[in-house]
Amino acid sequence: MKKITRITNGRVIDPANNRDEINDLWITDGVITSPLPGKETSTIDASGLIVAPGLIDIHVHLREPGQSHKETISSATRAAAAGGFTSLVAMPNTTPTADSAATITLIKEKAAREACVNIFCTGALTKGIKGEELAPYGSLINAGVVALTDDGHCIQNHELMRRAVEYARMFDLPVMDHCQDYAVVGDGIMHEGEWSLRLGIPGWPRAGEELIVARNIMLAELCDSPIHCQHISSGGSVRLLREARSRGVKISGEVCPHHIALTDAELAAFDSNFKMNPPLRAQEDIEAIIEGIADGTLTILCSDHAPHAAYEKEVEIDHAPFGITGLETEFSIFHDILVHKRKAIDLPRLIALYTSEPASLLKLNRGTLSLGAPADVTLINASMDWTFDKSASASLSKNTPFHGHTWRGRAVRTLVAGDTIWCLP
Amino acid sequence: MSTWNKKDLVGLDALTAEEITHLLDTAMAFKGVGERNLKKVPALRGKTLVNFFVEPSTRTRTSFEIAAMRLSADVVNITATASSLQKGETLKDTALNLQALRADIIVLRHSSPGSSNFLSERLNSSIINAGDGAHEHPTQGLLDIFTIREKFGRIEGLNVAIIGDILFSRVARSNIFGLLKLGANVTLVGPSTLVPKRFEKLGVKVRHHIDDILESADVVNLLRIQHERQRKEYFPGLGEYISLFGLTKLRAARLSPSCLIMHPGPINRGVEIDSDVADSSQSVILDQVTNGIAVRMAVLYSCAGGAGIPA
Repeated sequence: MKKITRITNGRVIDPANNRDEINDLWITDGVITSPLPGKETSTIDASGLIVAPGLIDIHVHLREPGQSHKETISSATRAAAAGGFTSLVAMPNTTPTADSAATITLIKEKAAREACVNIFCTGALTKGIKGEELAPYGSLINAGVVALTDDGHCIQNHELMRRAVEYARMFDLPVMDHCQDYAVVGDGIMHEGEWSLRLGIPGWPRAGEELIVARNIMLAELCDSPIHCQHISSGGSVRLLREARSRGVKISGEVCPHHIALTDAELAAFDSNFKMNPPLRAQEDIEAIIEGIADGTLTILCSDHAPHAAYEKEVEIDHAPFGITGLETEFSIFHDILVHKRKAIDLPRLIALYTSEPASLLKLNRGTLSLGAPADVTLINASMDWTFDKSASASLSKNTPFHGHTWRGRAVRTLVAGDTIWCLP
Repeated sequence: MSTWNKKDLVGLDALTAEEITHLLDTAMAFKGVGERNLKKVPALRGKTLVNFFVEPSTRTRTSFEIAAMRLSADVVNITATASSLQKGETLKDTALNLQALRADIIVLRHSSPGSSNFLSERLNSSIINAGDGAHEHPTQGLLDIFTIREKFGRIEGLNVAIIGDILFSRVARSNIFGLLKLGANVTLVGPSTLVPKRFEKLGVKVRHHIDDILESADVVNLLRIQHERQRKEYFPGLGEYISLFGLTKLRAARLSPSCLIMHPGPINRGVEIDSDVADSSQSVILDQVTNGIAVRMAVLYSCAGGAGIPA
């Protein structure tokens, strides 16, 4: 017998099809279908809720293989489900690094057994993420990677980066880059500004990001091939991207919630839960990033979910690893700031930044409610205020700066291939 | 004397003007103890102080040790090489062990900014910052301010120039925070790589020509140029540094006769300060060392002692 689910009376928002209407959504055996009135085997009442394509996070550290004390594929995907996410793109800086078909296969097999959401893999740009020699893109794409990145690291040799982009072009594989000039950043930990001077913490200047964003713009032009700049933190990077995109350069950028929710002043208590890479910056950067999201310069939102064990984070600020968790909080933070408080974008655009835009960049068969598409669906309550309690987090790690924060709007139910994998209790 | 209710001293940025003045006044009362034949009061008798130095230091550690002894505390010195940090124990665990040994006071010197803040939030013991990376060195700041106040009778309105490597200096930061709170005019002088203009956001002036400040200064505080911390890109070499920023005899002659010459030590004779100038009558470099004991006694006593000052 067919399994037919009818999601009733929700506001169906599907940016890929320019759809925004109060209607029912029908799912048959895990696929979006036409209405089959009277045939439904189950009904979900979505009155007052948004019915959106399942959210996609293209920047997540699953920590498996090799770092399962921080997170596992099982725990990360449960946290993702609780944040409204149905698809994750895994970064390759695992142990061993995801620079071979064998490691990609291992991750995919483990995901097939333990993940409750879809896992897409990236492969490393260089062997061992060392920035020295190209990884085998041909076998990586055969193993199923959707993009290439050395995330957490950045190829410093511009010639090698040029060849990486050029070689990836042959496979039509997008290249994503963590933009950091090592010489300029040095041992920098926090935004270089008034607060780094006051606290005596080594500075990580905006130029350390902007130089590589500029490099990537030039190489994208030279190779006529796309480069996606990860976790943009600096207002200067937004201006560079805007100018390049206006000329048709194949360059794009993504934003993490902490970079528009918090500033470098948060480091005053030397709490490593405010230490991530790139660092929190100044209010003027927040303004520039929000403007960039509003005018279409920045097209993708993501978390850079980077779990670390408490004992690893609870050390001296310069010894602590970079990174914070984010899967369960990101959608609410962005909704609260961009849609509710600042009114920089509307709700359909917010959903596009999490669905049709990332799906289009990485050519994923996800992020839409088109007929025949996999029935990944997120139900959202846009008027609900809630307070985040990190002790209730599904992630193995609790390294978040957002404990106790209250936002408006959250996912309340997550479906993957038609099955409810999480529902707000 | 009721303005102090803190168990820790992590920095001067976190203190009010009243709290800083309280420590200076308490130090004044303690200074007499060091002038006596019997240099000891029972104020911290029965208390255990651990000098926990994860970064090497002789003068600061010795000064704390003498201060603690004059207050009758029992003192244990731990250095990084002898400590478990070498064996992979975290700072938090090592410190929890010190607390379990019932250390009442932990004096911490550490290369990480914020390391004293980190311990102060996690331990019941009093944490005294003896230098945390480039962040703060509050007892050095206090003893510098104490020495200035002793000579001028006030801090408010004085023109204090701090000269040298400010960017990497915890001494400079503690001086800046303390002096500004007490109403001094602070000017930072040095190469633009080590004294970026952005420091003005803290409320100080920034100058790159030492000759601009000589006549107007009431105090010049010369910081050591730390060869070991600096890579070559910050300035071309010591010769150029001396020619641009060294307190040479010629420059010292342009100082007001009442201007104090200070240095937190150890001094590089012939680099940031001319050898004769360091020994001149305007130099209070050794007074700073003496005052350091009184200031540290005041800090230890205020954070871990009882009420009132013992006679």
